Amino acid sequence: MSATADVRLERVTKHFEDVVAVDDLSLEIPSGSFFAMLGPSGCGKTTTLRMIGGFEQPSEGRIFLGESDVTGLPPYRRAVNTVFQSYALFPHLSLFENVAFGLRRKGVKGDEVKKRTREMLELVGLGGFEKRRPRQLSGGQQQRVALARALVNRPRVLLLDEPLGALDLKLRRQMQLELKRIQNELKITFVHVTHDQEEAMSMADQIAIMNGGRIEQLGGPADLYEKPATAFVAGFLGASNLLDGEVCGADAVRIADGTVLRVAAGALAGRTGGSVAVGVRPEKLRLDASGVNVLRGTVTETSYVGVSTQYIVETPAADLVVYVQNAAPGAGTLAPGSAVSLSFDPEVAFVVDHV
Amino acid sequence: MGFLHRHRWLTPYGLLAAGLGWLAVFFVVPMYYLAATSLKSGDIDFGYAFTWAWGNYAHALGRYQEQLLRSLEYAGIATLAAFLISYPLAYWIAFRGGRWKNVLLLLVIAPFFVTYLIRTLAWQTILADDGPVAGFLRTIGVLGADGRLLATSFAVVAGITYNFLPFMALPLYASLEQVDKRLVEAAEDLYASRPVAFFKVTFPLSLPGVFAGTMLTFIPAAGDFINAQLLGTPQQAMIGNVIQSRFLVLNDYPEASALSLVLMLAIVGIVVVYARALGTERLGT
Repeated sequence: MSATADVRLERVTKHFEDVVAVDDLSLEIPSGSFFAMLGPSGCGKTTTLRMIGGFEQPSEGRIFLGESDVTGLPPYRRAVNTVFQSYALFPHLSLFENVAFGLRRKGVKGDEVKKRTREMLELVGLGGFEKRRPRQLSGGQQQRVALARALVNRPRVLLLDEPLGALDLKLRRQMQLELKRIQNELKITFVHVTHDQEEAMSMADQIAIMNGGRIEQLGGPADLYEKPATAFVAGFLGASNLLDGEVCGADAVRIADGTVLRVAAGALAGRTGGSVAVGVRPEKLRLDASGVNVLRGTVTETSYVGVSTQYIVETPAADLVVYVQNAAPGAGTLAPGSAVSLSFDPEVAFVVDHV
Repeated sequence: MGFLHRHRWLTPYGLLAAGLGWLAVFFVVPMYYLAATSLKSGDIDFGYAFTWAWGNYAHALGRYQEQLLRSLEYAGIATLAAFLISYPLAYWIAFRGGRWKNVLLLLVIAPFFVTYLIRTLAWQTILADDGPVAGFLRTIGVLGADGRLLATSFAVVAGITYNFLPFMALPLYASLEQVDKRLVEAAEDLYASRPVAFFKVTFPLSLPGVFAGTMLTFIPAAGDFINAQLLGTPQQAMIGNVIQSRFLVLNDYPEASALSLVLMLAIVGIVVVYARALGTERLGT
């Protein structure tokens, strides 16, 4: 047990009647970190968040905030606050009263309430809006009020339940930066639930990828992206090419067409045989034969997306996706039907169990 | 191009026409005659003449002040009682009713399938001196040996409460049903215990229903005469009983008209004060 964990889940299971939403999950969230829970809908991320918040009680297992066991405590007795997906602002109260709600419940004195509420509205860029009602605000502004209303209480942990889901793309990017800034400024532990992998990658220090009520893999964004441990993670976090094959040496895998691919020492994690898949990210494939592992194929589709050109290349082993960055202007595009060589070096590849 | 097509701005007025016509024929015109009659003098045998007889008002107020005040008091108590009974009921149906919601709502309005008069007569039997309720209350000593329920203020208020309960329960349900349950969760997240979350969030958001329910109960209750007539005695007479008897039994049209207008103005006055107190701005949300 680490003394610096702000949230600790010990073998937590939650079932709703027959459905297991969270399955024997253990987790430690370090103090002051921006922690994201990422996964498809139904993976148990929201249920986990709601159990930390106290809105659901675990069927089994214990939940700790810092050193104290909060299992079974109602939400109003936990030092956590939540930014809800729907914002859930009180429509009958002004912005000021919305933000001051928690402070008033805790019995903070009037002057202090006024000072802290004003400061917090300033922090989220809504100074001077105190008297407005929530419905007079845009979606982005309501989002900020929801954030201010939670943060003004200086919670030990801030829970964010897909808070940016309802915003348009541009506003979402802007709010992501702002959330990150606020988290840096306040040093509060953020636990953020999302199904948007880009959002999780750009904001979180650590990401738990969830699937079927369990954590599939936990790590920093770069770790998860470069070294996904399972085919699910490889597929969920960004695009990847998976080449099915058999282990045929300490650092070699023979793929379907008979080619032997070299992988980094240790990538096989002690496997000495069996079905695996070698994965390579599309941007790590080069359109030449300069690498250690070389595959030959034919371009079947090209699409120019500005920053890069994306190709689908048919090889005897599998269809592969390749991204080529358009670094120099006018660096021509290969036409469908062109024969190409693809190559990559062992250290950019990862190995997962065959699905 | 048709006329209506060229004059599209007429459409909203066209849609309003039926309602406005109804209001004119069945409200404005009768109000005019009522007001005119209230200022007449004379008697039924020699006919009534319009004489600006303001004395009718002074006379009516002086003589029937007691019944007028009693009406407002009974209606007020019945409204409060209906509110206290209906609120938990509507709350439970809205928040916990689940798939039984519609059945439960149907049960709330089920008494309406029986005529008002018959339902009130049934209360005569329920509250009768030899009835089960009075008998039980005597047994446990709440009621004295010769104490009775029927022909008391209690019987009249209980009758009014019962008869107008659905008018309270339905608007309350309608507004509670619309309260976003996630707001209650948000309140609990912000350190409000269940009761505090109720008083700070759920209840304020249900105020439009509280307002509508109290209006729909209080206004007809203040003018009711059936309950006082069937469940009370002349000591429990309400202003409705007086108006009814002056119109239909004594044929004293001017004074009956004056009383009707006084009752109406009293109710309008109370509604205005009540709406102000509840806060019109909050009702708008």
